[in-house]
Amino acid sequence: MHATVMTATLSGVEALPVEVQADVTSGLPMFSIVGLGDTAVQEARERVRSAIRASGLEFPNARVIINLAPAPLRKHGTGFDLPIALAILVATRQIPTAVVQRVAAVGELSLDGSVRSVPGVLAHAYAAARNDLALLGPSCILPAASAVGGVRYRVVNHIRSLLTEGDYTIAPDASLASDATSVPDLADVAGQESAKRALEVAAAGGHNLLLVGPPGSGKTMLARRLCGILPPLSHDERLETALVHSVAGISEEAVLAGRRPFRSPHHSSSVGGLVGGGAPCRPGEVSLAHNGVLFLDELPEFGPAALQSLRQPLEDGTVTLVRVEGRVTYPARFSLIAAMNPCPCGYLGDSERMCRCSEAAQSRYVSRIGGPLLDRIDMQLRVDRIDPQQIMEAGDTESSVIVARRVAAAREFALEHNRTFAAPGSRLFSEYAIQPLARRTIESYCRTMHLSGRAVTKLARVARTIADIELTDTVSQDHVYEAIRFRLDVS
Amino acid sequence: MTVETNQLGARGEDAAAAYLDRIGMTIVDRNWRCKLGEIDIVALDGTDLVLVEVKTRRSVRRGTPEEAVSTTKQQRIVRLARSYIAEAGLRTAGVRFDVVAITVLAEDRALLRHHRAAFTVSD
Repeated sequence: MHATVMTATLSGVEALPVEVQADVTSGLPMFSIVGLGDTAVQEARERVRSAIRASGLEFPNARVIINLAPAPLRKHGTGFDLPIALAILVATRQIPTAVVQRVAAVGELSLDGSVRSVPGVLAHAYAAARNDLALLGPSCILPAASAVGGVRYRVVNHIRSLLTEGDYTIAPDASLASDATSVPDLADVAGQESAKRALEVAAAGGHNLLLVGPPGSGKTMLARRLCGILPPLSHDERLETALVHSVAGISEEAVLAGRRPFRSPHHSSSVGGLVGGGAPCRPGEVSLAHNGVLFLDELPEFGPAALQSLRQPLEDGTVTLVRVEGRVTYPARFSLIAAMNPCPCGYLGDSERMCRCSEAAQSRYVSRIGGPLLDRIDMQLRVDRIDPQQIMEAGDTESSVIVARRVAAAREFALEHNRTFAAPGSRLFSEYAIQPLARRTIESYCRTMHLSGRAVTKLARVARTIADIELTDTVSQDHVYEAIRFRLDVS
Repeated sequence: MTVETNQLGARGEDAAAAYLDRIGMTIVDRNWRCKLGEIDIVALDGTDLVLVEVKTRRSVRRGTPEEAVSTTKQQRIVRLARSYIAEAGLRTAGVRFDVVAITVLAEDRALLRHHRAAFTVSD
């Protein structure tokens, strides 16, 4: 007696189709699972056996062989419980074959037969849609199915309910609701006008930003407000980001509602934690921040390997991890916002307190970040402590909503002009419509500062973004001057 | 092994056989031996061949009788089953491994537990 049930296993942000084949024959009673399943898959035997019995169904007292095809593909996770149970129940004619026809099943089983959620249901919903299958699983498949749209699904909370042929519902294309819930507002920050301006430019052009300043100057406070001035996620961006969160087992609800992710990993984070890794591979912080903000506080305190691992995602917008089992690619297009003290004691250049660090200690501190990484951060800005008097007297400042409106307009303006972000060097100045005078300013500045080719491009890009905020076609000398202000010679 | 424990085991197996007979199983063989060891009771339950391990304990001070049927013991019984089926040339629809656990409570009282399909072939 044979039965086949479709399911999938996660690889990167994709769910690869897997066929669960059950063969129940007479012979010495045994239950084995073959086809390169990990420990969680092997443990499915105990869960499936108990769940079937607890549901008042019969676990066959026979030779039960489960094969997971294609056999060479490594399979992991507890999502195989439900398809395995289904295959056994169909093979022993306890449930009608029709229940599993043209269906992809996924779900973990409790010992009492109830079906539990598993990570990556959004990826499973995509795979089901791609292979023209209906999706069968626990209640968490419902939001996933409607996010993908047009997927037929059936929610099953207990395997007992599979005894009958249930109805499949077609998920409506979700009109993804927006939620504007409590993102910290820029109006909460008193003073710091140039830092706020920098945030606006960074948001408008998708530039990476480094804030340098003494403790208590409000670097973290500013960074947390970047998400609030970025335009809400577009439909496609929501799905891309939600997919990463889904396979990482993090709730994708906020992302599907249009909220940009804000990730702030602690500086003790490992390379694997930042860019992804482990067995099976899990996405790291850079991918969880996809289409959102990655905030690295105390930048020089991060491990050198962790910092250098950021270079590929910053450049390509993706992370490719190569392991013995194969390679996976996660998306990682994020706005980097980093914060650091100017020196180990934190008070270098402060107007009131003396810095107690030796010159050697200062340069060692900054050199931890490394030139190549600093080179990839378009904007650097000094943030100073503001005097208490100023905080008290600070009047009404612009709220995030107003800044966000300008940012959205600038982004739209840039999009209308169809500017490619990485214009090759020679065409850079014409592509960005940089005025001759402005061009000469850039050239002489770069010569004096010995800037790399990449730094020139970045400077031009920042100047272009500033012009975009003003909705002007050409980049003037003033735009360049302001762009130069956002370059701090840290190293 | 003392004569006493031997007798206890034999009495337990008698009690188990009587019980299995009463619930409608047909006893085919008792104490079937080969060089691998011994199967306590071989019975037929409908279309299934049932291989029964009987374990008798005078007290639960050193664990319940069921606990004495270790994984190693289970594997030995599975090996025995293979050679029994080969030798007896039996063809049944299914095969089952049962355990009958007996705890002696007093001179003429004992507690008997019958575990159907107590274990399967492990890989």
